[in-house]
Amino acid sequence: MMAKTIKEIEHTLYRKNSKMRTERFGKSLTFLAVVLTAAITAAILFLVFSKGLSTFIMNDGSVKDFFTGTTWNPAEVNSLGKPIIGALPFIVGSLAITGISALIAGPLAIGAAIFMSEIAPNAGKRIMQPVIELLVGIPSVVYGFIGLSVVVPFLRDLFPGSGFGIAAGTIVLSVMILPTVTSLALDAIQSVPRSLREASLALGSTRWQMICKVVLKTAKPGLLMAIIFGMARAFGEALAVQMVIGNASVIPHSLFEPASTITSILTMGMGYTVMGQVENNALWSLALILLLMSLFFTIIVRMIGKGKSA
Amino acid sequence: MNVVESIERSVIQTEDLQFYYNTHHALKNINLKFEEKKITALIGPSGCGKSTFLRTMNRMNDLIPGVRTEGAIWIGNENITEPSIDPVELRKKVGMVFQHASVFPFSIYENIAYGPRTHGERNKKVLDEIVEENLRAAALWDEVKDHLDHPATGLSGGQQQRLTIARTLATKPEILLMDEPTSALDPISTAKVEDLIRTLKERYTIIIVTHNMQQAARISDFTAFFLNGEVKEYGQTATLFTNPLFSETKDYIAGKFG
Ligand SMILES: Nc1ncnc2c1ncn2[C@@H]1O[C@H](COP(=O)(O)OP(=O)(O)OP(=O)(O)O)[C@@H](O)[C@H]1O
Ligand SMILES: [Mg+2]
Repeated sequence: MMAKTIKEIEHTLYRKNSKMRTERFGKSLTFLAVVLTAAITAAILFLVFSKGLSTFIMNDGSVKDFFTGTTWNPAEVNSLGKPIIGALPFIVGSLAITGISALIAGPLAIGAAIFMSEIAPNAGKRIMQPVIELLVGIPSVVYGFIGLSVVVPFLRDLFPGSGFGIAAGTIVLSVMILPTVTSLALDAIQSVPRSLREASLALGSTRWQMICKVVLKTAKPGLLMAIIFGMARAFGEALAVQMVIGNASVIPHSLFEPASTITSILTMGMGYTVMGQVENNALWSLALILLLMSLFFTIIVRMIGKGKSA
Repeated sequence: MNVVESIERSVIQTEDLQFYYNTHHALKNINLKFEEKKITALIGPSGCGKSTFLRTMNRMNDLIPGVRTEGAIWIGNENITEPSIDPVELRKKVGMVFQHASVFPFSIYENIAYGPRTHGERNKKVLDEIVEENLRAAALWDEVKDHLDHPATGLSGGQQQRLTIARTLATKPEILLMDEPTSALDPISTAKVEDLIRTLKERYTIIIVTHNMQQAARISDFTAFFLNGEVKEYGQTATLFTNPLFSETKDYIAGKFG
């Protein structure tokens, strides 16, 4: 009896050893992956920061001009001998398009999520969920192409102007981020525990009161996160926007005039500049803004996430 | 089943109540009378239908698809199983406390004010009074009065359960249904909630599900023993516990099964 127990222990020890070996191998493998990811991220950050800042350090560009100037012509210098790098029109364009898209897509997405989870869960699961998953997977160039062939002509017929502009960009982007935001909002709403819904109903509230005062209120951090994810996506989207916004580097006076965004200027300009030149560095500065913005969105999402778990 | 004492002044009476989850016959022929301002304990082994029965009385089972109720539940002179009865109005009259304290992730104040607010109370002063009165009634006021604006989720389990009781009281019910309200609590919190339930008897008709025989014996006036969806035995708690009619009742109380 005793001997057998010892044998068993030896046996498990031996087995553990071989297990430990695979475990160590797995650990090193994942560690390598982590190191690699970190190294690549660091390299990208270094590149964007060093290139983006060199506009101001090497080429003597003015940070104030960059954020407040309205003319973009990095190849030329102004009367002070500084490159003309007024990025305000693009910054305004990007912020406008992102903000308005969120204002349109946010309520629609939350409405759709409520419908799918509270009003018609069966139809929601069977029909809407697959449709949304399909929509999430459509490449942005397709959205842009549809925008170019449908939205732009439509706006041209209804409003004065060419149809290109912030309005067209906003419509395309709203539709594009809608599925993502809806599916995140749905997750947030569905994660509200059933016990809270039942408690609300048991207190004599109607279904709508339950949805508005308990479900939405409880899901609020998650819903905000969904909208911010959508905004991050809208802010960073280049292709679809560039196809419909008109690409004029001026601050537009209406939503129906050609404008541009940081991303559209980047994609438009990339092919025509040479590495190391001031025109190229100026584009890196725009890339730096994009990077900082996405960092900003990530931090907000993090903060909301923390607040939620606390 | 066997009604030992004929019960006068009953506010709730069920008549041949049947309940089905799709094809599963979960409640069979329930005929019970509940007396006003008394505590009735529902006991019985797991899965015998106690929660189901409780939830027929405030129509919470309506939320589950494919269920069917037959027979009648009279509250006063209304049969609340009728489709014409608005469950929202019914639930204002018949409050429910759940096994796991389901406090809303709002402040303590907002938790109590939730019911009255949804019923249309807007006056801040009235709400303040309601909050204080019901926290006092739930013996929680002294513990939380200085931080009513703190999140309710920060309270201890026992405090949370008393908060959900206060929250239910704030909707001014006449009848309180409690489904194992202390099963997730430690002995001290349990004692506090039990004390609370005893004081509430003065104002409310209480039906409480419990797996704790001592608790049923301590706090209830009447006890109904459920078995396989039926009421096996019903009577005054003292009688049922000391002198049960059926051997099943005796065995269950003695802890031989369940
Ligand atoms: N939503 C549901 N759908 C289908 N069947 C259910 C549902 N809820 C309960 N039942 C079944 O009905 C029967 C009674 O369940 P109920 O929850 O009322 O028992 P209980 O006496 O409260 O048990 P416990 O003491 O474990 O809480 C059980 O057989 C259970 O499986
Ligand atoms: Mg139960």
